[in-house]
Amino acid sequence: MTDTNTNPLQLAEQRLLEPAGLQESHLGDALGNMLSGGVDTAELYFQVARHESWSLEDGIVKEGTHSIERGVGVRAVAGEKTGFAYSDEIVVPALMSASKAAGAIARLGQQGQVQAWSRAGEQRLYPALDPIMSLADEDKVALLQQVDKATRAHDSRVQQVMASITGVQEIVLVCSSDGVYAADVRPLVRMNVAVIVEDGGRREQAYTGAGGRFAYEHFLSGDRALALGREAVRQALVSLEAVPAPAGEMVVVLGPGWPGVLLHEAIGHGLEGDFNRKGTSAFAGRIGEQVATDLCTVVDDGTLQGRRGSLNMDDEGTPSQCTTLIEKGRLVGYMQDSMNARLMGVPATGNGRRQSFAHVPMPRMTNTYMLPGPHDPDEIIASVERGIYACNFAGGQVDITSGKFVFSASEAYLIDKGKLGAPIRDATLVGDGPSVLQKVSMVGNDLELDEGVGVCGKDGQSVPVGVGQPTLRIDSLTVGGTGNA
Amino acid sequence: MSDMARRDLSALKATASSALEVARKLGATQAEVSTSRGAGLSVTARMRDVETLEYHRDQGMSVTVYFGQQKGSASTSDLDAAAVEESVAKACALARYAAKDPFAGLAAPERLAAGVPDLDLYHPWDVEPAQAIELALACEAAGLDFDPRINNSEGATVSTHEGVRVYGNSHGFLAGYPSSQHSLSCAVLASADGPMERDFEYSVARHADDLLAPELIGAEAARRATRRLGARKLDTATVPVLYPARLARSLFGHLIGAISGGNLYRKASFLTDAMDKKIFADTISIIEQPHIPRALSSAPFDDEGVATVDRTLIEDGHLRGYVLGSYYARKLGLESTANAGGIHNLVVSNTGEDFDQLLVDLDRGLLVTELMGQGVNTLTGDYSRGAAGFWVEQGEIQFPVSEITVAGNLSDMYQQIRAVGTDVDRRGGIRTGSVLVDGMTVAGN
Repeated sequence: MTDTNTNPLQLAEQRLLEPAGLQESHLGDALGNMLSGGVDTAELYFQVARHESWSLEDGIVKEGTHSIERGVGVRAVAGEKTGFAYSDEIVVPALMSASKAAGAIARLGQQGQVQAWSRAGEQRLYPALDPIMSLADEDKVALLQQVDKATRAHDSRVQQVMASITGVQEIVLVCSSDGVYAADVRPLVRMNVAVIVEDGGRREQAYTGAGGRFAYEHFLSGDRALALGREAVRQALVSLEAVPAPAGEMVVVLGPGWPGVLLHEAIGHGLEGDFNRKGTSAFAGRIGEQVATDLCTVVDDGTLQGRRGSLNMDDEGTPSQCTTLIEKGRLVGYMQDSMNARLMGVPATGNGRRQSFAHVPMPRMTNTYMLPGPHDPDEIIASVERGIYACNFAGGQVDITSGKFVFSASEAYLIDKGKLGAPIRDATLVGDGPSVLQKVSMVGNDLELDEGVGVCGKDGQSVPVGVGQPTLRIDSLTVGGTGNA
Repeated sequence: MSDMARRDLSALKATASSALEVARKLGATQAEVSTSRGAGLSVTARMRDVETLEYHRDQGMSVTVYFGQQKGSASTSDLDAAAVEESVAKACALARYAAKDPFAGLAAPERLAAGVPDLDLYHPWDVEPAQAIELALACEAAGLDFDPRINNSEGATVSTHEGVRVYGNSHGFLAGYPSSQHSLSCAVLASADGPMERDFEYSVARHADDLLAPELIGAEAARRATRRLGARKLDTATVPVLYPARLARSLFGHLIGAISGGNLYRKASFLTDAMDKKIFADTISIIEQPHIPRALSSAPFDDEGVATVDRTLIEDGHLRGYVLGSYYARKLGLESTANAGGIHNLVVSNTGEDFDQLLVDLDRGLLVTELMGQGVNTLTGDYSRGAAGFWVEQGEIQFPVSEITVAGNLSDMYQQIRAVGTDVDRRGGIRTGSVLVDGMTVAGN
């Protein structure tokens, strides 16, 4: 097991550079290859990622899998242009040829210069441990079996249990002609439980999951792992009673925590720097405008301890930070990587992220959430004459240009005269990003963050993220059911 | 085959063989290995200038070992002998902790492909970056110049990829083949008085000669974006919905999920126990044709080496075939349908109408042009997705609509397919024309 006091930079050099005999002079030469004219920044991104997963079905752990990916991504940025190449061999010749290929983007011009490297300030939001080594393999198997047994014992209507755990350790080292020389060691674990229940011929399923940047031990403390199974059974049993969802515009109350996927889709993507620099976002050019009611303050915060979306530094070596996006309803900031920050003349915000060495970085969210407001959650539900209360979601999508977004409710209830009624079947909610927060009339005092399962996709790249919010009342949103409104 | 592809093929076969040999020496009773190598180039032009130039190179090996009925897997992006050996050893170590699963193991030896038919899948495109940039610039320019309301762009992208895949197992199977795929795409923004709208068009093919002309792609992206301007919401109603070919394939994608082994075994499908039952309108037949030359999902064998063959999934509305790899086939007491890893060209029959006729037949309802979100529950068949499109009256497009949902249940929707058009979209693994579905709930105001 890696010592949790390990210095990330030393470990990264040891794992990424030393096996190939790469010295500082090689890195300088590779960056120099790209600086032949017009190039603002040249960058090398070394990465090794180890991933494992264990999965259980039919009461048995059927398989363990392990994968390792290693490589270097090489990028040259000249104004709005990007040249990019990568190699899955970390060796000197491959590094040199990739850097020449990436550098081909540059126009003829002045010779650039590599600045002296200095280490970025270090945040320690998670230990530099290897989750895969944090628990013996037999104990991982035993944990899954325990979850299976407890989940089945919970209710006789449980027909099937599928459970899995995954662990990742990612070691990255970034060095650039801007003087960045920084490393990060990122653990990430996750546990998922899915159940199928049957009652009187009707079948339903539900999924739960949790995780973050820590060791597997997290799931061993208290009854966290068993609670996931219990929660999956509860959700599936609720679905057995569900009636068709209504169709049409109505008041929607969103529960705390994971329903924050609303903010991620409706607001978050539209506030990423690249879309705003290019003017392709519905939020472009709207800094300073009132885009939400004054109850709404929304932040993107990469600095939360141990959270799935947290990062000590982003994939360009910029320390992550807490960026206020909307303050009391007013749009105050975008999320930036270094290229878009430079082009827009604003500071980078530590949001430059990439799926791996084989992908180019771009502005991405970390943990995006709304701060708590003044209202009691019960008071919010009691205020609704007729509408729905949605507290679990299966994901969403946005068209950043038109601002239209969707998210799919997996657990929701009718509200009738201020009281929760029957659960409703899966329904997609659809709305308009720039106007939806202007319809938020009540904000709960019960901020929660999600359990640590978010995956965000953009341009074919996936990264782990977090979301959160307090209970919210939205005065009007379209609910896509099949029943009568 | 080019020299590079031939060299890669023999190198990948050697890697696979040595991995199988390591597994045998470590005591595995069965093993299977896949190896791949690929390379590509992608360039994007935006606002009449080059924006990105990316070189791609990928490689990998994945191995699964069986010790009797215990299974372990590992993969690596490093194909050096030492890394390969380490991966196989890791898979063997993991297998020790797996429970005995009586259904685990390789595909049946008699089902493995006897040869590798040439499906005409490999046509590398020797495009220089400068030439690719010219194509992307021309493509985007056709979009930007199409209409004064086109005033921004996400750019046009030219991309090319070629690669070689090999699969081998301890039954003695070892085969591979090269393939290529090229694409040209463009996305532009339109704006007038109201909100901006974006849309895109693309072309994808095994051979660069089969790509649509860049000018056509750019202009079509622009036409699609401009016609969305001024979109409004609709009142909630139950109406017929016309899915154009490029979206209609998703309806059959949901079918594949529902008749796949894992979901059938878990009874997590609304089509559990539906074999030989009538699940579609009786005008619908669907076949799988894995050997169509140059097609995007053609393959001589599946991910377990099982020979692919033409077969029927839906006959006159009746379910005649599942989608199975060998593992869930054994669990269901059936045989593999050569679908480990997915489907290989699904071809949906048509009812003879062209798109214009379908619009007339729609008469009054929704022509959907964009679907958003996941919104499909394979267990219950519940279907609810975000949408944009056009409101149609008397068979003619009236105005664009957005911020609406279309909802129903797939078991009803499949029965309520009134027509499938002759306007087949070949840009994917599911080939269908436009589909007209009756009785869907469209939710808006």
